[in-house]
Amino acid sequence: MKNILKELYIPVVAVLIAIIVGSIIMLITGFNPITAYISLFIGAFGSVNNIANTLANAVPLILTGLGVAISFKAGLFNIGAEGQYWIGAIVGVWIGYSFTGLPWYIHIPFALIAAMVAGGLWAGLIPGLAKAYTGANEVITTMMMSYIAIYFSHFLLEFGPMMDKSGTIPQSPVIKESAVIPFLIKNTQLSYGIFIALAAAIFVYWLMFKTTWGFEMRAVGYNQRAAKYAGMNVPLNMVFSLGLSGAFAGLAGAVQMLGVQHRLYDSFTSGYGYTAIVVALLANNHPIGVIFAAILFAALGTGSQYMQLNAQVPGQMADVITGLIVFFVAAHRIAEVIKDLLARRQKKEVKA
Amino acid sequence: MSAILEVRNITKRFPKVVANDNVNLTVERGEIHAILGENGAGKSTLMNIIYGLYKPDSGQLIFDGEELNISGPHEAIEKGIGMVHQHFMLIPVFTVAENIVLGAEPKGITYDRKKANDLIREISQRYHLEIDPDAKVKDLSVGLQQRVEILKAFYRKAKLLILDEPTAMLTPQETQKLFEIMRELVKQGMSIIFISHKLEEVLQISDRVTVMRRGKAVGTLKTKETNEQELANLMVGREVVLRIEKSEYKPGDVVLSVENLTVVDQQNVTRVKDVSFEIREGEIFGLAGIDGNGQLELVEAIMGLRPKKSGSVFFYGKDVTNFSTRQLYREGISYIPQDRQADGLVLDFTIAENLILREYKEPTYSRSGVIQYKKVYENAEKKVKEFDVRPPEYMLKARNLSGGNQQKVILAREVGYNPKLLIAVQPTRGMDVGAIEYIHRRILELRDKGAAIFLVSLELEEIMSLSDRIGVIYNGQLMDILDGKTAIREQIGMLMAGSRFDKTTLEAR
Ligand SMILES: Nc1ncnc2c1ncn2[C@@H]1O[C@H](COP(=O)(O)OP(=O)(O)OP(=O)(O)O)[C@@H](O)[C@H]1O
Ligand SMILES: [Mg+2]
Repeated sequence: MKNILKELYIPVVAVLIAIIVGSIIMLITGFNPITAYISLFIGAFGSVNNIANTLANAVPLILTGLGVAISFKAGLFNIGAEGQYWIGAIVGVWIGYSFTGLPWYIHIPFALIAAMVAGGLWAGLIPGLAKAYTGANEVITTMMMSYIAIYFSHFLLEFGPMMDKSGTIPQSPVIKESAVIPFLIKNTQLSYGIFIALAAAIFVYWLMFKTTWGFEMRAVGYNQRAAKYAGMNVPLNMVFSLGLSGAFAGLAGAVQMLGVQHRLYDSFTSGYGYTAIVVALLANNHPIGVIFAAILFAALGTGSQYMQLNAQVPGQMADVITGLIVFFVAAHRIAEVIKDLLARRQKKEVKA
Repeated sequence: MSAILEVRNITKRFPKVVANDNVNLTVERGEIHAILGENGAGKSTLMNIIYGLYKPDSGQLIFDGEELNISGPHEAIEKGIGMVHQHFMLIPVFTVAENIVLGAEPKGITYDRKKANDLIREISQRYHLEIDPDAKVKDLSVGLQQRVEILKAFYRKAKLLILDEPTAMLTPQETQKLFEIMRELVKQGMSIIFISHKLEEVLQISDRVTVMRRGKAVGTLKTKETNEQELANLMVGREVVLRIEKSEYKPGDVVLSVENLTVVDQQNVTRVKDVSFEIREGEIFGLAGIDGNGQLELVEAIMGLRPKKSGSVFFYGKDVTNFSTRQLYREGISYIPQDRQADGLVLDFTIAENLILREYKEPTYSRSGVIQYKKVYENAEKKVKEFDVRPPEYMLKARNLSGGNQQKVILAREVGYNPKLLIAVQPTRGMDVGAIEYIHRRILELRDKGAAIFLVSLELEEIMSLSDRIGVIYNGQLMDILDGKTAIREQIGMLMAGSRFDKTTLEAR
């Protein structure tokens, strides 16, 4: 219990400070922070539909966030979750529209697992092997692979092999009925994918903290040398960790395709892969924490539109708050310093 | 003149322990004041408080006549307190000069390399602490790294120098060198606080000794008026046996056999040259040598942590030359690596997790890939008690243990499993006399039960009191193997320095 409180301390303080600083910025720029926050909250959680849309937004963030958290925990910086998401989306959609006559209970798992494998290979094969056996920096390789994935999708969709031949818009055909993950609440974006995301978080928690593999990953993440001296295969472990990390980002892509979009649109970024880094950071790489961090950022997203309409505060204000949260988590030492200063102030007062 | 430092009623609590309990201590000007105490007695904590790294819960510090606010190390440094930590705080990829001036660079907007180097050369000459300012710290020996830490303190014009277990990682020669330096410093008006677990060092170098036990300062003695036994008893709070009795030497089958092993490092420099030896059941084979003569490379090559150029290793007659580290562990080999924090422990893991760092995959602790935490905790509970890890809280992170207690965790892991072969590199480094007594007893017990022990230590005393046979390594070559009963200090010393021993040279001296 005490441990949980300690884990929550930094993220909660960071969010609170971000909210306060956000209010100050709104006051200075002539907006009423109270109405802004209220409308932000209503937009995100004010009705069943709003809640549903917030949760729907959280699904891809949970899954990509888990992927990033796995790599961070293993001491690796997979910042190419965006690309692994695209690879997962491509594979998921392709399986979704090209196979006919499969029952849903085969079609959906088939698409999801294939997407995980693809995402896993995308991260594990080149960046993972390069890191493990040549020491190539995974920050750069995962990033580069990410661009390759995104441009590959442009190639596929812009008059390429995956483009829907019945039109001129660069988008893929719609997936078959048997591959659709049904909506949970009508007229919202929320599908049964939320359960996949929640199950994934619990699974990752279990994997990290209860299995020998997780034990190894954490050991390698904390102290490679001690891991090696204890007889662990450090390079192989890195490949697997990056692979697993990519697998969840890939799963995010497929779940989004089968559950929400049902077809792949041409675009520059989904944004999820980048926000995932922030999610993992706020969650301090804890799989259960990822769920809450993802919901928070999703809520900022859905709430901001409502805030813009009803409080006339520009939606970008939500981005500012997101940025502030990231800043204060990353700089949680600042909070410690302030705490320290306050404590000293008190001490002096007592003496005086 | 008043004392340089007065510690008044300092108390510091950590979640599970009172690390300092109403501690009082006075350090006079120009004295070398030793602090003795068991592992976890609170020595490092007290020093960190003086240095401003920790804030005490209550109490006062008077330094050089004025009260310290204790707002952080920068204040301590500014006022003239320097500290060399138990675990160095250098940046390995920086040069000596960069490490020394870090945070207090000579004035100017850009870093003036030449000016910094000149300054450091000047200080190092004044105090006879020669060093190359341009060398990278990671390429330096432990002794030289320590020199950098000491220079760092001088560069900041320290009046009081705190040395937290400075000799734990030094060779006897380096230790004597350090003592010369310390005497020179005191002559120039510096005061020194010196922490060590080695009683003979304390007796040799200090003017006064303060003994700490379980967070309390239990007494301050004049060094001249005390002796080893009194200090040991005061420290542990009971009668300590300083000399252990060894049972008769009854060697059995050959356990480990190393044949013509040659090891080269990444720069293709030969580190171990054509080394051959055997260790039998019920035998302690000690390897003596000055640090950096290939001991580490030899052990790491045997353990599959470093490639072998040529030669073979046999374990109970089986060729294990190309076995992986894990395979060797599974054969029944245990290994205590030299650097506990870097190689032996995952500091962010709990004690319980560290205790299964090698065995987590064995059926005792996991079933089809799932770790059985109940068993892990049962094991931890037992080991922590058996090896007297303090505090006995196995859910604590290893990071929060004192240095000696961290070492106990490694020992509990490696000795606790009754290995057939134990390879122990500096097993008692940084441990207090009571703990050393205990560890030595455990090692002898293992031997009497028929295990083979390969003991690598820089401490001749330890090698001589435990070993049945003693190998001496110099420059990667095994100079000679001597009988542990009849070997004499001078003989080993000369071999360690690379000259072959013969009677005439000894008599000529
Ligand atoms: N950061 C910390 N958090 C919790 N407990 C701590 C922390 N640092 C030290 N302790 C505890 O305080 C006690 C005193 O530790 P300290 O490091 O001062 O011992 P020491 O006398 O230097 O021992 P050693 O000779 O082994 O280095 C120990 O029980 C240790 O576990
Ligand atoms: Mg200590």
